[in-house]
Amino acid sequence: MSDDRLVGIVLVSHSAAVAESVAELARGLTGGGPDVPVAAAGGTEGGSLGTSAELIAAAAAAVDRGAGIAVLTDLGSAVLTVKALLAEGDELPGDTRLVDAPFVEGAVAAVVTAATGADLDAVEAAAAEAYTYRKT
Amino acid sequence: MLDADFFRRWMTATSASVDREAERLTALDSPIGDADHGSNLRRGFAAVTAALEKEAPRTPGAVLILAGRQLISTVGGASGPLYGTLLRRTGKALGDAPEVGPEQLAEALRAGVDAVMQLGGAAPGDKTMIDALVPAVDALADGFGAARAAAEQGAEATTPLQARKGRASYLGERSIGHQDPGATSAALLIAALVDAGTDGE
Repeated sequence: MSDDRLVGIVLVSHSAAVAESVAELARGLTGGGPDVPVAAAGGTEGGSLGTSAELIAAAAAAVDRGAGIAVLTDLGSAVLTVKALLAEGDELPGDTRLVDAPFVEGAVAAVVTAATGADLDAVEAAAAEAYTYRKT
Repeated sequence: MLDADFFRRWMTATSASVDREAERLTALDSPIGDADHGSNLRRGFAAVTAALEKEAPRTPGAVLILAGRQLISTVGGASGPLYGTLLRRTGKALGDAPEVGPEQLAEALRAGVDAVMQLGGAAPGDKTMIDALVPAVDALADGFGAARAAAEQGAEATTPLQARKGRASYLGERSIGHQDPGATSAALLIAALVDAGTDGE
């Protein structure tokens, strides 16, 4: 995999504000590395709480650099919509993966790892590993 | 035999009954969900009806695949990918046949329900749409009327259950005593098969 092709990250939340803020947080914590393609797909197209398949597909297309795409979700319809799109349709780029990770910590881990030029497996592993950071 | 027209009527009849029952669905979704099930499904099935009119798919499978895609795109809640997957997988199982028999429909619906269980991870007894759909598919061999009765009984039987999936599961024991909105709308979908059959005669 070529070094200049970074894994894309899509953040899917019920809330546009949550998705945008987590994207901003994750980008802010990458330091001075290369700009990781990160896109937020939060809420519905009408701006309400919910999940939009169209926004997810648009976000995935926007971050696709040919190195694969890691999708992180919060809960409920966000998870189910991504899974339904991956299982049934052709709306998402081929190498798109739903990553099982905590939303905020996983997003930070994914973006920081992607910034190093790591491949999709490494990005997924880093995001999933965020589950193991205990807080007490 | 059931042709594309039958499946179009099925979707139109579902849209009409979801529209009629939207307030009841949302009321059921208020104590144990986020009070949007009726409005979400109404929007989804209105989009299904509009897309079917515009694109006029010619086979039963194509009708259901288009309907499923519309639901995934437009519902905005968890019922979108769940019902979308149900119809899309059922449609795929019907293949390109211009007409299908009731047995083929039953078999395809079974594949659709299995896909929904896999997607959402729900099993019978979890207080979800599965509790209406599984008995309906089991009863389909005895006709649409039997499937409707089984789905309605299945939906009613969710009342004493404790939710184990979705937002209602956060409520634990407090989810007991409420009929599940998803099982209720699933019963509307199955009941619309009867309307679609009757209208065609």
